[in-house]
Amino acid sequence: MLRNSFYRTFQRFSVVSPTRQPVLSNLKGGLPSFRTYASGGAAAAVKKVQPAAEPVKVPDDLALETHTDIQTAAKEQADQRQAATETTPLVSPTPSETTALNHAYQENTGFGTRPIYLDMQATTPTDPRVLDTMLKFFTGLYGNPHSNTHAYGWETNKSIEEARKYVADMINADPKEIIFTSGATESNNMVIKGVSRFYKKTKKHIITTRTEHKCVLEAARSMINEGFEVTFLGVDKHGLVDLKELEAAIRPDTCVVSIMSVNNEIGVVQPIKKIGQICKKHKVYFHTDAAQAYGKIKMDVNDMNIDLMSISSHKIYGPKGIGALYVRRRPRVRLEPLFSGGGQERGLRSGTLAPPMVAGFGEAARLMKKEFDNDQAHIKRLSNKLVKGLLAIDHTSLNGSPDHRYPGCINVSFAYVEGESLLMALRDIALSSGSACTSASLEPSYVLHALGKDDALAHSSIRFGIGRFSTEEEVDYVIKAISERVKFLRELSPLWEMVQEGIDLDSIEWSGH
Amino acid sequence: MAATVPARAQVLSVYRQFIKNANQFTNYNFREYFLRRTRNTFKQNKTVEDPARLAALFGEARAELKVLKRQSVISQMYTFDKTVVEPLNKRSHG
Ligand SMILES: Cc1ncc(COP(=O)(O)O)c(C=O)c1O
Repeated sequence: MLRNSFYRTFQRFSVVSPTRQPVLSNLKGGLPSFRTYASGGAAAAVKKVQPAAEPVKVPDDLALETHTDIQTAAKEQADQRQAATETTPLVSPTPSETTALNHAYQENTGFGTRPIYLDMQATTPTDPRVLDTMLKFFTGLYGNPHSNTHAYGWETNKSIEEARKYVADMINADPKEIIFTSGATESNNMVIKGVSRFYKKTKKHIITTRTEHKCVLEAARSMINEGFEVTFLGVDKHGLVDLKELEAAIRPDTCVVSIMSVNNEIGVVQPIKKIGQICKKHKVYFHTDAAQAYGKIKMDVNDMNIDLMSISSHKIYGPKGIGALYVRRRPRVRLEPLFSGGGQERGLRSGTLAPPMVAGFGEAARLMKKEFDNDQAHIKRLSNKLVKGLLAIDHTSLNGSPDHRYPGCINVSFAYVEGESLLMALRDIALSSGSACTSASLEPSYVLHALGKDDALAHSSIRFGIGRFSTEEEVDYVIKAISERVKFLRELSPLWEMVQEGIDLDSIEWSGH
Repeated sequence: MAATVPARAQVLSVYRQFIKNANQFTNYNFREYFLRRTRNTFKQNKTVEDPARLAALFGEARAELKVLKRQSVISQMYTFDKTVVEPLNKRSHG
C-alpha cells in the first residue's frame, strides 16, 4: 500500500508539463523534475531562444523552518559567566546592566529577528556553490578515495585531486605540497610539534609571536615540556613584529619561525615577504598561520619564501572541519606526523579523507580565486564605510595598524563602555569581542594586551567582520545601532559623566584597589 | 557544446534567469549576493567581443545557472527567520 502511493506520487512528479510552465503549482506538495528545466535550457542554447524557464517555487509546506533562538543561549552564557565570576572574581558586572539591556535592545517591529552576521573571523557562511559541490558526495559518490580497485574509489579520488589543485592554485603551490587536515588548528599543531620533533637532535628553539592564535601558543608551550625553548616575540603598538628583533632572536639551533599572516582579532597583516627572506637567509623553516589570510590577501609561497602554511576551509566560505597544510617539497621540509596509520597524505596525515569536505573546500578555494577582485572591492567599500561611521562616534579608536591590515577585519575600542555589555545590548548583531575561543571567558584579549592596550580599552573593544555576503544595508544598520547604544550605555556610566565634566580620569585615586 | 557563440537574445535570457533564480533565495545574504554578482558579471563582460571567449563565458554561465537553480530550491526548503534588516511583510520571493 505504501509502495503504491509512493509510485503514484512519483509518477506525478515525472509528468512533463507540455506548456513548460512551472509545474509546481499543479503538483501540490512536490518538487518538479529538474529534467524539465535542464532540457529546456539546453534546447534554447542549441536551437532558438525560448522564453526563460520560470524559477522553481517550493511550496511552503515542504520547507523546514528553523527559528532563531536569541534567548536561551544568551541566558546560558550569562549563567556560565556568573558562575565563572564567582570562582574568579575578575570584573563584577554593574547591577544597572540588566535594566540597561532591556532598554537598549530595540524591537524593530515589522522586521525579522535573526541577527546580522558580522563575525566573519570566527567563521563564514557556506557558499551555496560550495554546498552544491558537496551534495553529490552525500547522495551517490560515497566511495573511499583510497580504494584503488574500483570505480567508487576512483571517482572520489579524482574529485579530491581536483580540489587539491584548486587549494594549491590560490597560493602558487604544487598540488603535491597540499596535505589535507581537519583545519588550521591541526595544521598548526602538526608544524609546531612535528617539525621540531623531527629535528630535535640538532635544533631546540622555536620562535613565534605573542599575538598568534591560541593553538599556536599552546602547541609551542607544550614543546617547552619536551625540552624546547620558545621565544615569544612582542609586537609594536600597531601589532606588527619588529624584523630586527626577529633576526636577532634567530639562533643556530632555531628550528622553525611561526608568524601568522593576518591576525584574527585585529586584522593586521604581517610583512610576510620580509620575514620569509630573513628565514631563508638564516636557513630556518618559516611557517605562517594563514587561516585568516588565505584567499583574502595575495599569498605566494614561492615569492614569499614560505615553507609551511596552515589553511582553514571555514574561513573562506567552505565547510567546517577541514583545512590544509602546505609543506614545501623543494627544498624538502620534514616533519614527524601526529597520527600513525595507513600513511595517507604522503604519510603525514593518516586517516580516510572526507571527500564531501575536501571537495567543498576545493570549490571554496576555487571561488576565492575566481571572485578575488569582486570580493576585495566589495569588502573594502563596506569596510571603509563602517570604519568611517564607527570612528565618527566620540572616543573610539581603531585597534591595530591602520595601513597594514585586511579590510574585512575591523577592531574598534569604545572608551567608557564595557565591551561585554555593549555586545549584550547588540543582540541583533552577531559580533564578538575577539576570538571565539576566548569570548566565553571574561579575560580581556591577550592580543590587545600585546599591543599595549590597558585592560579597560581591551575590555571595550569589538571586532567587526565583513565578508562576501555582507550588504551595505547591514553596515548602515550596524553603524546606527552602535551609535545609539554606545550613547545609551555611556549615559549610564559615571565615568562618562566625569569625562564630560572634564575630569582627567588618570588623576583620580581610586580607593579600595 | 560550449563552443557555440551565443546570440544576444540568448545572453539576455540567461541573465534574466539568473536574476529570477537569485530572487528565489529565502536567505537574504545569498539573495543579495547573487543579484549583485549577476549584475556585476554581466556588466563586466558586456564589452567582450572575442567569439571564443564569449562562447566560454556563456558555457560557464549556463553551468552556474544550473547550480543557482538547484541552490535556490534548497534555500527555499531550509528556511530561517528573516534578519533584522528584512521587512516582514514583503515576500522575499514572488
Ligand atoms: C589565525 C587562526 N588560526 C587558526 C584558527 C583555527 O582554525 P580551525 O578552526 O580551522 O582549526 C583560527 C580560527 O579560529 C584562526 O583565526
